[in-house]
Amino acid sequence: MKYFGLIWRNLWRKKIRTSLTILSVLVAFLLFTLLNAIGQAFNTGGAMTGAERLVVLDKISLINFLPLSYKNRIAAIPGVAVVSQLSWFGGYYQDPKKQFPQFPVVPDEYFAMYPELVLPAEQLEAWKKNRTGAVIGKELAELYDLKIGDRIPIQSTIFSTKDGSRTWEFDIEGIFDTTDPKGGTAVLLLRHDYFAEANSFGDGFVGWYTLRLEDGADPVAVANAIDMEFANSANETETSTEAAFAASFAKQFGNIALIVMLILGAVFFTLLLVAGNTMSQSVRERIAELAVLKTVGFRDGTVLGIVLTESIVIMLIGGVLGLALGWVLAQGVAAEMAAFIPGITVSPQIILTGFALMLGAGILAGVFPALKAMRLTIVDALARG
Amino acid sequence: MSEALAELKGVSRVYQKGKERVEVLHELDLSIPDGDFVAIMGPSGSGKTTLLNLLGGLDKPSGGTVSVGGAELSSMSNSQLSNWRSSHVGFVFQFYNLLPVLSAQKNVELPLLLTNFSGKERAERAAIALDIVGLADRAKHLPRELSGGEEQRVAIARAIVSDPNLLLCDEPTGDLDRATADEILKLLQILNREHGKTIVMVTHDAQAAEYATRTLHVDKGKLESKAAA
Repeated sequence: MKYFGLIWRNLWRKKIRTSLTILSVLVAFLLFTLLNAIGQAFNTGGAMTGAERLVVLDKISLINFLPLSYKNRIAAIPGVAVVSQLSWFGGYYQDPKKQFPQFPVVPDEYFAMYPELVLPAEQLEAWKKNRTGAVIGKELAELYDLKIGDRIPIQSTIFSTKDGSRTWEFDIEGIFDTTDPKGGTAVLLLRHDYFAEANSFGDGFVGWYTLRLEDGADPVAVANAIDMEFANSANETETSTEAAFAASFAKQFGNIALIVMLILGAVFFTLLLVAGNTMSQSVRERIAELAVLKTVGFRDGTVLGIVLTESIVIMLIGGVLGLALGWVLAQGVAAEMAAFIPGITVSPQIILTGFALMLGAGILAGVFPALKAMRLTIVDALARG
Repeated sequence: MSEALAELKGVSRVYQKGKERVEVLHELDLSIPDGDFVAIMGPSGSGKTTLLNLLGGLDKPSGGTVSVGGAELSSMSNSQLSNWRSSHVGFVFQFYNLLPVLSAQKNVELPLLLTNFSGKERAERAAIALDIVGLADRAKHLPRELSGGEEQRVAIARAIVSDPNLLLCDEPTGDLDRATADEILKLLQILNREHGKTIVMVTHDAQAAEYATRTLHVDKGKLESKAAA
């Protein structure tokens, strides 16, 4: 700590150079924070993930439908408590760039499947009485300032009505919330019976099934039993946990984790070059000064530590600023994209990883200049200085 | 004169420059009594600075022994030499070699960072050293805000702040005008006479050598001695 004054003053010997280096570190960690916050939202799949639920999909692809007739056969498999059906409606309200999920569901089934979703009983009853009714999540209601009684047009990018229109109109009969603090509610639920009757594709299919296991049921055994049940059929199934389903759903947008990793890899590689160059220049400029430190008794290891600490301090200053700014921006992005990608948040894991990266990058950028400083022989260095 | 503070016995220093072997010092014997003020003169490349470096533990001899204050420098590791230098020897260079980012006071405090003194104690000792060299009022100034003579005084304060017995000065007035050089030499004389510091000064300047109690001449790695006027 007693060397910190020396380290600090050395850092600011070239104010512009150090400021620019810190700025590049800041940008790198800003990207790190923001991209990881978004990537993590994709990887966790946002809301409604739970280990006690399984999802049954078409084995070939998520975009293939499954027959509605599978529902009772799944429900009959030992260990399955409740089965619910969902389909991806693929629509938007007002702005095509701001998409949010809409699912045709069976009202009672759906809310039985997701007990963390809270819809007042009278609103559920009202929805069940209105075939063109829909219920929306609280986040969606707040996003578009919607209230019960509103009639809203949804443009589907997949399904048209039997008269050829892609505009579907729904009466909002209820607004649900969630007790899960991580759960997103930017969702619209419409009735499957109305969807099946009105869409031009016809009836008898669903996108996928979600099922809840009986207490004590073995998820692997149940999943295997379901997939065996439909083996060698026209629509073979693949049963997985909700988390795995969310991950495969996210992969429709590309391998987010890989994209994030590649971008950050390029950013940090460049950062190491920039910071390493700064430290190398800094050491080259003060060969004689480092020799003086050794002359008055500073040990080789102390000199190494001083140069290495300078590099780490640069990373820490830029990194902490980048993390902080990334956190602020992530709040904004999370609010803006809540409907489409719920769950964007700067988790403690991102912050801890960030600090580990700061230390690692600081050491990597500084290690070679520090070793050079350590290996200086006083006589040669004084002669060169 | 009292007993020897520094003794070199049969000291050689050989450098390898590519395939060429250059012998800078050749079986040199030298005894420097405690409290002495020795000027070392000689032509460029004669081995003056090498001799100084060996006395200060900055370099190791190729042959022979160097002992200072009873410590056998030639057998010490680099780490032991660092520790030894921090408390037993002070260095003054021709170009001052102050750290430009530190104030005069912080430059003087540098050797004390290696001690267990608190920040307050370091500041007090640095203030005393600056007072001895007559720069108490310039403590907060950066080197670029000081004249050459003042910078050299700060360098001398840095050399004496840990109260070493031995001061090694390599051309301490080589970058100064005559009047300023004389001030610096008088200061060294005071440190020798009033504070008991043993001083070994390498110089090209015969007038500077006159401030010493004796002058040694080094030529082609060998030593000749004659008393100062």
